[in-house]
Amino acid sequence: MSAIELSDIVKRWGETTAVDNVSFKIEDGDFVVLLGPSGCGKSTTLRMIAGLEDVTAGTMKLNGVDMTNVAPSKRRISMVFQSYALFPHLSVEENILFGLKVRKIPRDERATRLDKVAELVGLSTLLDRKPSQLSGGQRQRVALARAVIAENKICLMDEPLSNLDAKLRQDMRFEIRALQERLNMTVVYVTHDQAEAMSMADKVILMREGRIEQEGTPDELYNRPATVFAASFIGTPPMNLINTTTHDGAFVIEGENQTQVLETSLSEVLIGIRPEHISITDDQGIQAQLLSADYQGADTIVNGLIGTQKVLIRTPGRVAINKPLHARLSWNKDNVHVFKADTGARTELINAVSV
Amino acid sequence: MTRKMTRYSLKSQATGWLLLMPAAVFLIAFTYYPTIATLAKSFFSQGTALRPSQFVGLENYASLLDDEVFWKVARNNIIYAGITIPISIALALLMAIWVNGRLPLRSLTRISYFTPTILPMIAVANIWLFFYTPEIGLLDQTLRGAGFNGHNWLGDPNTVLGCIIVVTIWKESGFFMIFYLAALQSLPPELEEAAKLEGASRWTYFRRVMFPLLMPTTLFVMINAVINSFKLVDHLFILTKGGPDNSSSLLLYYIYEVAFSFLDQAYASTLTVILLGALAAIAIAQFVFIDKKVHYQ
Ligand SMILES: Nc1ncnc2c1ncn2[C@@H]1O[C@H](COP(=O)(O)OP(=O)(O)OP(=O)(O)O)[C@@H](O)[C@H]1O
Ligand SMILES: [Mg+2]
Repeated sequence: MSAIELSDIVKRWGETTAVDNVSFKIEDGDFVVLLGPSGCGKSTTLRMIAGLEDVTAGTMKLNGVDMTNVAPSKRRISMVFQSYALFPHLSVEENILFGLKVRKIPRDERATRLDKVAELVGLSTLLDRKPSQLSGGQRQRVALARAVIAENKICLMDEPLSNLDAKLRQDMRFEIRALQERLNMTVVYVTHDQAEAMSMADKVILMREGRIEQEGTPDELYNRPATVFAASFIGTPPMNLINTTTHDGAFVIEGENQTQVLETSLSEVLIGIRPEHISITDDQGIQAQLLSADYQGADTIVNGLIGTQKVLIRTPGRVAINKPLHARLSWNKDNVHVFKADTGARTELINAVSV
Repeated sequence: MTRKMTRYSLKSQATGWLLLMPAAVFLIAFTYYPTIATLAKSFFSQGTALRPSQFVGLENYASLLDDEVFWKVARNNIIYAGITIPISIALALLMAIWVNGRLPLRSLTRISYFTPTILPMIAVANIWLFFYTPEIGLLDQTLRGAGFNGHNWLGDPNTVLGCIIVVTIWKESGFFMIFYLAALQSLPPELEEAAKLEGASRWTYFRRVMFPLLMPTTLFVMINAVINSFKLVDHLFILTKGGPDNSSSLLLYYIYEVAFSFLDQAYASTLTVILLGALAAIAIAQFVFIDKKVHYQ
């Protein structure tokens, strides 16, 4: 029995279909990230789980019980909003206790739970402040505390870190994940930041235009992207997608025409290689031109050209390229992903060749 | 050096005063001078051709205490304010919440609630005159249809003030609704969603979140309502002329009568001073007591 189970969920507003036949299961205690570009229906899906949005078609179960048409207050779900949705006229303490008061939890229990939660998120000294007197990160913690104090098993978060600066975002990622593990909550977390998804999730559900593109562990999404879209969405910089063609019976990169990169080919295919899996070599490998370099600190992203195809190469340390130069590139066939050009789907029927 | 600077600043001061002058002239001529003149007049007797006006100290105020009409009118005004203010504010809030929600023909509903506000009070009074007219008025015709007897609504001292109150509420609540509607639309919808998820009913959300966040608007609307309840008497001219037997007369209307029908400027000034004093006291009290409870974002 899954904690959350969506079956063929559809959401339409007039002509627009925001969520189109989405089904997935989330197990108890999992940290699941809904990932996708802007407008792909992540928030809508989350809000349907919370009951803030009606479902056009399909069913939603929580712990095996059909909750599709149950009021939000009866679902026993907490939610952290992107804007935090703190009540501006109430103090931090009153904000956190709002739900407990509404649900008429006795005063003593409220006090003990408040102490515990305030301690947990590090707000003990700020309880008398108003939200307007807090920094963004502190407001974020209040929102978290309010979600956690209800002791609901399921917690939904819609881009909770998007208003924070990079450093704080990094810290909060760890804190949220630690909190989730400690309280053994089931978390559905929405983000469009793939790095956030990769570092936090037990499972990632990648969405595109209202549908699920791929579902799996961060590892699976990184190492076995199911589609060209998944390949280009995960990783910074994203995977290189290179057009291939036939030349004199050999399967080569468009415009390069010399080095065999595939054993066989069915039709038009793309090969995908991550920038970190291409190395710059001196003698062996495929001919390429290096155009420019983008220094990132620990490594450098090099802009290159193989035949007519642009490639990015991640190489350790600092590399400076002042004017275009010739070089050779090499990669291992295990790191090459092959996709059909027409559908964009991954195929295992075609083997790559190491260069 | 210093002399030069003083001269320079004197010159620029003159420019400043010159720039200020047009506004100041109007302000003094139409606000400060009349206020002070009124206050001064209230200490003098009304002059006639035979007996020129002379200083009488607090005599006007003493006669005010003995003036039965004044007390009646003051009582009327308190009842009038005490009923119109809370009801029109409550109605305004209700209507605002109602038209802020999802409903068909929303803009049409909003406009129809707002229409009474656009109409001049004189026009409003004429419309309601048609409602209240005995025998042929809409109210009487409806009542007769339901089997009740007709009634001279505006002619009966027991009902006339009530009739005036209804007209005012009808006119004012649409106006106040606009302020509430604007305030409601500035509330982030996530607040209601968050409250909902926490298990709050609509009433709890209203009581604990929405109403407190609307307090600045309520304060603003309330001060306007108080001022209007003393200031807005146009409809009396059309509907009742304060009658019968002053039972629908309000302070400002009485002041008008004293000044321009009885031509007693001195006594009218005395009444005006009382009215101004009362208004100032109420406004200050509202700011002092309610401001503490208002959360400004
Ligand atoms: N109330 C609404 N009425 C009509 N269309 C809507 C409504 N809310 C969302 N949509 C549409 O549904 C689609 C999905 O929206 P949604 O908010 O779920 O996107 P998202 O994945 O959360 O994007 P983002 O990352 O920008 O928040 C969008 O095309 C949006 O325009
Ligand atoms: Mg969103």
